Amino acid sequence: MTFKNALCAISALGMAFGASTASADTLADVKAKGSVQCGVSQGLPGFSNQDDAGNWTGIDVDVCKAVAAAVFGDANAVKFTPLSAKERFTALSSGEVDILSRNTTWTMTRDTQLGLNFAGVNYYDGQGMMVPASLGVTSALELDGASICTNTGTTTELNITDFFRSNNMGFELVAFEKADEVVAAYDSGRCDVYTTDRSGLAAQRLKLADPAAHNVLPEVISKEPLGPVVRQGDDVWFNIVRWTLNAMINAEELGVTSANAAEMANSDNPGIKRLLGTEGNFGEALGLSNDWAMQAITQVGNYGESYEANVGANTPLKLNRAGSVNALWTNGGLIYAAPVR
Amino acid sequence: MASLTTSETEDSGLTSLLYDPKARGLLFQVLLLTAVVSFFAWILDNTITNLAAQGKKSGFGFLGETSGFQILTTLGTFVMEARAGVATYLDVFWIGVINTLIISFIGIIAATLMGFLMGIFRLSSNVVLRGFATFYVEILRNIPLLLQIFFWYFVVLRALPDKRASGMSMGFLGEFPMNVTGLYTSYPIFLEGFSSVVWAFLAACVLAWVVSWLAKKRQEATGRQFPSFWVGLLIVVAIPLFVFYQLGGPLEMESARFLNVGDPILDANGEPTGRTASKIKAGYVPGEGGVIKPEFIALWLALSLYTASFIAEIVRAGILAVPGGQTEAAKALGISPSVTLRKVIIPQAMRVIIPPLTSQFLNLTKNSSLAIAIAYPDLVSIFAGTALNQVGQEIEMIFMMMMVYLIISLGTAAFMNWFNARMMLVER
Repeated sequence: MTFKNALCAISALGMAFGASTASADTLADVKAKGSVQCGVSQGLPGFSNQDDAGNWTGIDVDVCKAVAAAVFGDANAVKFTPLSAKERFTALSSGEVDILSRNTTWTMTRDTQLGLNFAGVNYYDGQGMMVPASLGVTSALELDGASICTNTGTTTELNITDFFRSNNMGFELVAFEKADEVVAAYDSGRCDVYTTDRSGLAAQRLKLADPAAHNVLPEVISKEPLGPVVRQGDDVWFNIVRWTLNAMINAEELGVTSANAAEMANSDNPGIKRLLGTEGNFGEALGLSNDWAMQAITQVGNYGESYEANVGANTPLKLNRAGSVNALWTNGGLIYAAPVR
Repeated sequence: MASLTTSETEDSGLTSLLYDPKARGLLFQVLLLTAVVSFFAWILDNTITNLAAQGKKSGFGFLGETSGFQILTTLGTFVMEARAGVATYLDVFWIGVINTLIISFIGIIAATLMGFLMGIFRLSSNVVLRGFATFYVEILRNIPLLLQIFFWYFVVLRALPDKRASGMSMGFLGEFPMNVTGLYTSYPIFLEGFSSVVWAFLAACVLAWVVSWLAKKRQEATGRQFPSFWVGLLIVVAIPLFVFYQLGGPLEMESARFLNVGDPILDANGEPTGRTASKIKAGYVPGEGGVIKPEFIALWLALSLYTASFIAEIVRAGILAVPGGQTEAAKALGISPSVTLRKVIIPQAMRVIIPPLTSQFLNLTKNSSLAIAIAYPDLVSIFAGTALNQVGQEIEMIFMMMMVYLIISLGTAAFMNWFNARMMLVER
């Protein structure tokens, strides 16, 4: 190598470093990549799960698809990264994924210490416990001395510890990395109790040898508002994710569905017109085109459609929406979104 | 004139400096160093900028905070006396370190013993032993380790009786009841005077060493042999036992206690509380006797049996590396086959065996991080897993974890290098 070549090589190296300095502009990065990188679970039916053909479905997956539709006008411009509970925040912080939509509980620690921002809530959950019916247990207060299987790296570990300590009961916690191993260990009798979010119990019990031989106990020992998460410090991207979720909820409230969105765009209701981009410049204010919500709703559907298709009463999970906290606020639930105006 | 000369020399000096291989070498060294330093400065600056942008804390202050989650009972929690809600993240860290160290240490011992046995069996003239060892090595080293861990944990240890004591769980070896929640042992309680037994044991060890040293001296001087191994063993066993019984056996074994469904529950003073054991409460009574969790057993079996298959091949290669003439020469001198193996073959084989053996020990230690798959609370599982998710300071915590593995690995390597050097000196 001559002197000149060496100099060239060194300066080229320097330029390469300069160019790859990580930026906080997620929207520009996403547009440059041409797709949204979405962190999902390793397989939780109803929330994020891969079918036999390799397609991802679930209400968490729909959030990512809606964001892709809002940004690119194409709900399929999204790539999925399955993450364990333990890996998820590191993957988001390091920029490996742009959105973490993985049944993740909104807590203060995560919002502050972990440097994350929760863009909203797409499912209100609570931690529950499942026991084999043969044990004859009817209340969580009878569980003194139980061994309990759960996932590592989740709030469930903290909640269950708090619950047993505050009720002065002893227990043994066996924490696995992956949900499949938790189910296998519980099913084979290593533990008396399986604890996770109640929606998770509904999904995971389908994997048990005999789902009917297990009971979910009535106690809900925690609040688990689940929602999509982004990195702190990028308000533009945060707004896009937050308002895409809000658009799906507002669409349901306004009666806009994937089927009727195109004709509703010309309705007389100014609220619908603003949402669908026929009035005002709400999309441009987000840094997107004005049909951002229109694309998300026609390609993915409103919140209610997503719920019924993935976790509702007609799915294997059978999580009845009517009367639950996940009903629209107009129906007595908690699902509520700030208005587009 | 003078100035002209100076400038001429300077000029030619600069040119010659550029063509001087030493000076040019130095220039490239400096350039490379600058590039490397600026690379790390760039990484550091990038990290600090991005952490600040995300509003994250940094530093090691989190270690003093309370962790708030329960950890499976293991040696680590026992040593640290950890209780949920009291243990700090620093305690969690040490629990992880202890659990990683104990599984590595016990794993290495078991893998070495099993590996040497299988390696020697593979060269045995006995068809059954040779066939078994070949089968062992080929099966175990060709199946992924994670699969073997799952096999032991989900297949073998799940075939055990239910946790509720039904008499069945007491059937395994009588003294060591084992069920799906673990292997139960008696827990030794040392009474006053037991330290004398320990001192007697240490003294016996020194005595045994002196005997073997004298025997060696005598053999070198006169050629007469002395069964120093058997005599030494007798000394080490008999003297502490004698002291133990002289003091009236200052040791109590507290055995594990099990409750059947419907048995009365006693309080801390042994008084009945009026309640009876439910199906949940039945089984092992925590705090009495000792327990080894199935997560530990499965990981230990899988790690040591898997690594043993590699060690067996290393041992076989080492023995085959000793020229056949050595065995023939020993035979010609009338040395028995077992002595030939111990005194002629193994010492020479060791210098071939030790360096790759070190790599296997390091592999075993690092493979122990697969523990998280079956809920054994090692360092990766509880510190870089559960604790990291609560604290969120990836850089500090991953750094601490990497340092622990580095120190364990360098320590192991240093010990093996010392051992290797010692074995090399024996060679003539």
